[in-house]
Amino acid sequence: MTTRLEPIAAETKTMSAAVAMNSALDLAMAKDPTIVLLGEDIADPIGGVFKVTKGLSTKYGTDRVRATPIAEQSIVGAAVGLALGGYRPVAEIMFCDFLTLASDQLVNHAAKLRYMSGGSVSVPLTVRTVVGNSRFGAQHSQSLEAWFMHTPGIKVVMASTPTEAKGLLTSCVFDDDPCLFIEHIHLEYTNKEEVPTGEVTIPLGQAAIKRAGSDVTVITYGPAVPWSLQAAETLAEDGISAEVIDLRTLVPMDLETVLESVSRTRRAVVAHEATSFCGPGAEIAARITEELFGELDAPVARVGGVYAPIPFAKSLRAIPGADDLVAAVRRITGQ
Amino acid sequence: MTDTAHRTATGALPSVAELERMYWVMVTTTLADARAQQEAKAGRLQAAFYPVRGMEAVCAALGVVLQPRDRLVSTYRNLGDAVAKGVPLKSIVAELYGRVDGVSKGKGGPMHLQDDAAGLTATTGVVGSGLPIAAGLGIAAQLDGDGKVVAVTFGDGATSIGAFHEAMNMAALWRLPVLFVCQNNQWAEHTPLAGYTAAPEFAQRAASYGMTAHKIDGFDPIACWRALSAAVRSIRSGGGPVFVEFETYRLTGHTGTADYSYVPKDELARALERDPAPNFRAWLVGQGLVTAERLDVVERDAESAVAEAFSFGASCPQPDPDQVYDDVFADRKLVLDLS
Repeated sequence: MTTRLEPIAAETKTMSAAVAMNSALDLAMAKDPTIVLLGEDIADPIGGVFKVTKGLSTKYGTDRVRATPIAEQSIVGAAVGLALGGYRPVAEIMFCDFLTLASDQLVNHAAKLRYMSGGSVSVPLTVRTVVGNSRFGAQHSQSLEAWFMHTPGIKVVMASTPTEAKGLLTSCVFDDDPCLFIEHIHLEYTNKEEVPTGEVTIPLGQAAIKRAGSDVTVITYGPAVPWSLQAAETLAEDGISAEVIDLRTLVPMDLETVLESVSRTRRAVVAHEATSFCGPGAEIAARITEELFGELDAPVARVGGVYAPIPFAKSLRAIPGADDLVAAVRRITGQ
Repeated sequence: MTDTAHRTATGALPSVAELERMYWVMVTTTLADARAQQEAKAGRLQAAFYPVRGMEAVCAALGVVLQPRDRLVSTYRNLGDAVAKGVPLKSIVAELYGRVDGVSKGKGGPMHLQDDAAGLTATTGVVGSGLPIAAGLGIAAQLDGDGKVVAVTFGDGATSIGAFHEAMNMAALWRLPVLFVCQNNQWAEHTPLAGYTAAPEFAQRAASYGMTAHKIDGFDPIACWRALSAAVRSIRSGGGPVFVEFETYRLTGHTGTADYSYVPKDELARALERDPAPNFRAWLVGQGLVTAERLDVVERDAESAVAEAFSFGASCPQPDPDQVYDDVFADRKLVLDLS
């Protein structure tokens, strides 16, 4: 199932993730009149606090791009209703922390209505939200992806590059199941790259090997991908060859690619910014251990957030980075 | 109680077919409710059943006022709504038993009766959560531009939860074609109205969001029909959302098996005197609108429909254990991989 990123022979433009996602929504809305956007401040002139929806209300009208009251429960609830009514809503929840306010609609309704109706309805909605240390402290920074991975019925997607953000968001919007598309505050505008100007789709549930290696497999996603690649670079200088897998989709999860890689390298580290305790890494480590226990040269290691709210002061560090990953790899490779 | 003069005053009336349909819905709901409670007490239903006794008039009127294409969002106290919206009784009852021929293949259960084909688009087991969903369906209806109405029913207890405020505000802001139907049965689970709010005038509260709001006697089927007809006409013609509070009384416990000894006996006795179905029958005959013989036929039809539905439901098989993996996602394979 692995896809390696091949250069795409198409017209491209330099884009940040925010611009790439804007392009994804623009193309999707032009193609499918049932796509409706909802969220706080998403209409022009502001076009969303992260500018992902800039220009879209001007182009498609405020019937289809609705700036809502500050009311997360009814934003996601209205998205559920729109989806039941034959539309493909895309709701923006400014920060992942605010999903707590909408979790009834997402967890109890969006995720369960197909099941509870015996398959007679589907809820094809996408919720876009943002994680990562915003520097505003503990209520605007949490990475809560594990909460939603733990809820059967929601797909959970996190991109690490502008092109993948465009391709994965497009797939979410056209998917027939509810999708939570999690963006990262530090990746919205940095890491610009050449992105195809036309439609890009990346199938959900396909990981990408971002760097090939033979000594250890680093399994990561979203914002941890850039610093995992940076750590791999550092490790290479020490003669350690790290393979870096970007999961891209947490639900469904491409375990096939993970297990194939770890069976070659015989060592694995899971790296993410979410709290390590009961984080996505716990599930991934458990799956690797269940499948490959006899083939491992070392226990599966995890690099994740400290068990603490995200602190404000710069001297307090709850989110890991490249140095933590380098240390973890050295520990399990004995170097 | 609010004005009950509607019923005897001159004014518009439903057609004879509609009057008979309303009576059938009320009798069927009353009988099916009693039978479901009996089954729950006998341990033959998997879970408690939330009775609807006291709300039959509101449900029946809503059923004839809404068109098949109109959508309804209901709650766990949904039997009357489901019958009124035209969900087949056999599918409802099989679902109460958790059987494969249930409207949701046994996966939803009584709290989550759902039949999109009949326009019962969603029901929720979470108090108040239906209102934002109805707002979303209202946006869909508004974008469709075909005059569809979305009705949402909820109890008075739901007026305390944030979803109520958020959804009413959104619906008024965007003039969504949503009919808010508050089935005020005077009890929020086991707490009386006076025990949970200092602002019991829900219609007033609704009006303050910027929408038309009324308070109607929910024991009076004709008053209910008139209020709902006017509301739906206004909504369909683009007038924006309407809120109607129907004053009723919960004639049984919160669940069929729950303690109900705390209810003031005189209050309950007064409410029982207004039991919707028998009073409606007496009035229809008294006014010469439908003959007693004709209503006997309607009753017999309701009795046999209920008897047939319960014998069908109880005899249906349970879903195959393998169906636990179906309908989590559109693609079953993803679920098997994650299980």
